[in-house]
Amino acid sequence: MKGHTVQFQSKPRIVATGTIAGPKECAGVVGKFVDKALSDDTFGEDTYEKAECKMLTYAVRKAIENGGYTEEDIDLLVSGDLLNQIISASFTARDFDFPFLGVYSACATMAESMAVAAALVDGGYIRKAVAATGSHFSSAERQYRYPLELGNTRPPQAQWTVTGAGAALLVDGRDELAEKSPVSITGATFGRVVDYGITDVNNMGAAMAPFMGIIEP
Amino acid sequence: MTGKDNENFNKNYIDYVHSFDPPTKHFKNCLRAFLVGGLICTVGQFLRVMFERLLGLSGDELSGAVSIALIFLGTLLTGFGVYDRIGKHAGAGSIVPITGFANSVCSPAMEFKTEGYVYGMAAKMFIVAGPIIVFGVLSGTIVGLLYLLL
Repeated sequence: MKGHTVQFQSKPRIVATGTIAGPKECAGVVGKFVDKALSDDTFGEDTYEKAECKMLTYAVRKAIENGGYTEEDIDLLVSGDLLNQIISASFTARDFDFPFLGVYSACATMAESMAVAAALVDGGYIRKAVAATGSHFSSAERQYRYPLELGNTRPPQAQWTVTGAGAALLVDGRDELAEKSPVSITGATFGRVVDYGITDVNNMGAAMAPFMGIIEP
Repeated sequence: MTGKDNENFNKNYIDYVHSFDPPTKHFKNCLRAFLVGGLICTVGQFLRVMFERLLGLSGDELSGAVSIALIFLGTLLTGFGVYDRIGKHAGAGSIVPITGFANSVCSPAMEFKTEGYVYGMAAKMFIVAGPIIVFGVLSGTIVGLLYLLL
């Protein structure tokens, strides 16, 4: 460990991914690269929370399938989301037979789940792990901001929570299957919590990814 | 970094963040709010005249009936998913009139219906309007007491 960064000896490989995104996300270039582009943001479910959970389940299942594995091969799922008690990730894990580690880091949940999964894979404790996360614009609006039908205005700088889910399947770099992928996780830097007093719910980017370069105290 | 230094640092950062915000179009926003707010008030006035002519209402009964009709319309438009679209453009024009208050009660009720009718819809119905009711009743009580005493 150097500073806040850990270097992984075996360089865990990302051998497969599973991705899904909502209609607004797929309207741009992202649409061409996801496994499934949704045209209906409820994904056929009756609530947005259920849709979020279904998207996450889809992403995890797709990553395993894309890697050419079965669910019995997977040793661990590391996942989280934006809702209370990381409920979408927990309900997703309910559908699978492998163990689950829940993580929460708001927008950095995917990075955290990959870092945790990579550390366990690199340590040799786990052979194959899936790191995943998902979110839904409509469920996040209710969790952090106002009801969707409330007639308030969004300032132009307001950010938009992604409707989508992604999963990455990690294997040990020494594994014979590792050859299948050129992408490896060589290290991870764990972040500190810094609070610069941003309280604007419409500008969470400024709170979560502060840029320190220019500000003089 | 503690105390005063930290405060200044945070203030600088917040100013820095705000320097990237697109400028608010005050004139355009005011004009839209004026037009939509005025339109809602015109509808209210139209209902007032109609209720007076057709139903023969007057005084408190008349204002009560007009308020009830506007609250109904605000709730109905929220239910149809129209009111939030008006609000997106009108800003304060559709928030300040009584229809906006109806919207602020109706929208969480719709949103939290997924958590059940008792613990969801009924319990969370006032999450937006709650503070308005609490401080409205409080200030009403204080003014009422002063009125009684003076």
